[in-house]
Amino acid sequence: MQSDRSPEIGSTVAIQKNVFNSLLSKLKEQGYEIVGPHVENETLVYAPIAKLEDLPRGFVTEQEAGSFRLVYTGHTRYFDIIPGAQSWKQYLFPSRAELFTLRKADGTWNMETPRPTAPAYAFIGVRGCELAAIQIQDNAFLRGDFTDPIYRAAREKAFILAVNCLHPASTCFCASMGTGPRVEGDADLTLTELEDVFLLNVGSELGRNILSGLPFESASAFVLNAANRGLERAAQQMGRSMDTSDLPDLILNNLDHVHWREIGERCLSCANCTQVCPTCFCWDATDTLSLDGNQTRRERVWDSCFNPGYSYQAGGNTRPTIHSRYRQWMSHKLGTWKVQYGTFGCTGCGRCITWCPAAIDITVEIANLRKEIR
Amino acid sequence: MATHVHSHSPASPTERLLEPVWAEVTAITPEAEGISTYWLKFSDPAVAAAYTFQPGQFNMIYLPGYGEAAISICSDPESTSVIGHSIRFVGNVTRAISRLKVGDVVGVRGPFGSAWPMKEMEGHDVIIACGGIGLPPLRPAIYHIMNHREKFGKVFLLYGARTPKDMLYPTEFEEWERAGIQVQVTVDRADEDWQGQVGVVPMLFYRFRMDAPNSVVLTCGPEIMIRFVVYEGLARRVPADQIYVSLERNMKCGQGSCGHCQLGPYFICKDGPVFRFDTLQPYFNVEEF
Amino acid sequence: MSPHKPTLAVYKFSSCDGCQLSILNMEDELLDLAGALDIAYFLEATRAERPGPYDIAIVEGSITTPHEVERIKEIRRQAKVLIALGTCATSGGIQALRNFTDAKALANTVYDHPEYLHYLDTATAIAEHVAVDLELWGCPVNKGQVLEVISALLNNRRPNLPAYSVCLECKRRGTICVLVDKGIPCIGPATQAGCGAICPTSGRGCYGCFGPTRSTNLDSLTNILTKLERTPGETVRLYRGISGYAPAFREIADELLKEAK
Repeated sequence: MQSDRSPEIGSTVAIQKNVFNSLLSKLKEQGYEIVGPHVENETLVYAPIAKLEDLPRGFVTEQEAGSFRLVYTGHTRYFDIIPGAQSWKQYLFPSRAELFTLRKADGTWNMETPRPTAPAYAFIGVRGCELAAIQIQDNAFLRGDFTDPIYRAAREKAFILAVNCLHPASTCFCASMGTGPRVEGDADLTLTELEDVFLLNVGSELGRNILSGLPFESASAFVLNAANRGLERAAQQMGRSMDTSDLPDLILNNLDHVHWREIGERCLSCANCTQVCPTCFCWDATDTLSLDGNQTRRERVWDSCFNPGYSYQAGGNTRPTIHSRYRQWMSHKLGTWKVQYGTFGCTGCGRCITWCPAAIDITVEIANLRKEIR
Repeated sequence: MATHVHSHSPASPTERLLEPVWAEVTAITPEAEGISTYWLKFSDPAVAAAYTFQPGQFNMIYLPGYGEAAISICSDPESTSVIGHSIRFVGNVTRAISRLKVGDVVGVRGPFGSAWPMKEMEGHDVIIACGGIGLPPLRPAIYHIMNHREKFGKVFLLYGARTPKDMLYPTEFEEWERAGIQVQVTVDRADEDWQGQVGVVPMLFYRFRMDAPNSVVLTCGPEIMIRFVVYEGLARRVPADQIYVSLERNMKCGQGSCGHCQLGPYFICKDGPVFRFDTLQPYFNVEEF
Repeated sequence: MSPHKPTLAVYKFSSCDGCQLSILNMEDELLDLAGALDIAYFLEATRAERPGPYDIAIVEGSITTPHEVERIKEIRRQAKVLIALGTCATSGGIQALRNFTDAKALANTVYDHPEYLHYLDTATAIAEHVAVDLELWGCPVNKGQVLEVISALLNNRRPNLPAYSVCLECKRRGTICVLVDKGIPCIGPATQAGCGAICPTSGRGCYGCFGPTRSTNLDSLTNILTKLERTPGETVRLYRGISGYAPAFREIADELLKEAK
């Protein structure tokens, strides 16, 4: 039975796939800048999308440690693709942002602060691991004692359409980190793609509002079952897993272990893992001073604990060796993060595994550390 | 889903990202070779009136185009019309600061970080052990003790410098002594006029008798000195939770946001720079951590 | 012209002029530059030649002839601050490929009358001959970095030049890693940032023209690259490119060749 009333919050409805374009149009009408997975220059990125056909239908990704391949199989699903290197972090915590510009006139500096002008983004296709990552960054950027104005400006306005993950990649380990494949966090809408229909779970008033007026039916027990079975299968098909039972102690009690040095022999200290990580939040500030010394632009850029300058201070470098930097990264993700924010800094998305040119695998390194200690 | 953060107008101080307020250099006091104290007065009277700090806290001093440096506040916390910062000229920003003149304007953010436990110290003996540029962050604690001398037991200052010429605030030692602070100083290398101790700061622990269970140790200085001061304290049975250390790392944001100054679970700029030693113990001896 | 403005001299040694052109290509900023500095010697830009000493001397190119050895010493004497500009001046550049072979044999092959040539057996960086105050890498240099260095000199501060790898520049601009995504050999992980990740953004691997990073792990990168070789010896050729005579790249390529033998 078709309905054009508003669905209840908490309910799950089914829409025909072509109705999704009306949903996107509605988001656009409401002023959202819609972004989602998109194939561009023969690779997978997050980019502005306008219609369902802009999504990477027919593509899959083959991911292994140190290797990513976008493959066209011709399948008919729009949301089957596992994310690539990019993450939603690039919208909420842009890699480069102006903080202020100072101009000197008559001996005094005048500050021009750009008002945060982030558009209202609609994120289409946020995986469970990615939603968890956004919530982890919320903890870092939206604290009680300090809120980051750039992050907040984008985050407050963001519309999130999450997607339950039915075909995880071999580098995924979200099931063991408790962040997927089923979306667990708060999303405005959560989508499950079946062969003929999209199921949409309504998570907020905003999600309900976007659906209202569109032709939907309530999801039948049959399709709900199909979705559940798919998610159970996905959890079992997860390519990797992380045993978190003895974390963070395993790391924090073995900071002097020789294993770190062994990883340091392979690690390039290139910082790729931190840049693709959807939770890494470190940043640096730079000044660009004009030749006459009367104008300076202060910017914030992504930084990384793998950069030589990161731990430099007058008198030397706190972490001069590559292994000490790797240890800092991993002991933060799976150790001290928990002390700082109550959760791990890892969601099991697998990006750091796929995008490490040296194929260093965080799940393998933890397992090996554990083995070497026993 | 959109997330909602309450009650922050865009200009809320907890939401400013590296935006400084301006302060004028009112005086520059040369202290030693390569170290001077810069006295700053906030240009905006409202900012000046509202500004308070606790002993041990630091400010970020900003020179437009050069960047920021974390500098401990070294002046009396009960006299904030001008704020003192003893600065050693070692890096890009501090060397630029060394070229400032009275009347020049700098950016300031702060105060940031944790403070010496002045309240918890009341009723206890206090041992202040510091070396080199580690004295300035302790000077506000000394002033606080002098302002409220009756609240504290015996107070010892153990201070070391490389040479007699590197000693900071030597003209004040007499006044501190008069206020009932026993000042013990030492140098690594004596010159011909030096009549005092030669040696390292931890050695000064042998120069007085302490009531260890009732003592609080405050220490700041080179990391190696801190290690040995802590060792001397613990060896004399000062409880680990009565030893406080102030650490330095490359603080950048001061708000526990940019990540640079982490030591294990701590952001030194926010959770430190002053730590109770027992909370640091698991990480303190890990090499390159 | 104000007598207080610092004087600038720009010199060319063995090079293609591309780095000097990067200065001239600044367009918007060139007027500011001319306003801040007194350009006393810059043949590419102006015929005016005024004698030294100069506050700042910028030197493009590598040292490849006996005459150049003498000339750079004289320039050093005339310059308060000497900047080596570009990869030729900092590592020897592409002409340093001759250092890996017999220069005389090359000359005999290329020229009808090699006896008229006066050349050194090697092409080497400026710093191998005189003290250099600042090195700016790149083939060509990045104009933003040139401005940054001049601004730093004029304002008495440390220039803000990244010490990290090209990987960060790829990520910051959203470029997907060509090494992981396409299996294209890329030495960006071991190359100093500064270019803005031009090559990977165009779908090509980085060939290291900004020189090796200070903190790198070339042994590990070499293990990765040798597995990705599309033709035998590709890794050696990558290291032995434009910055091939930079010590870190030179040594790892030498090692690889030794192993191959």
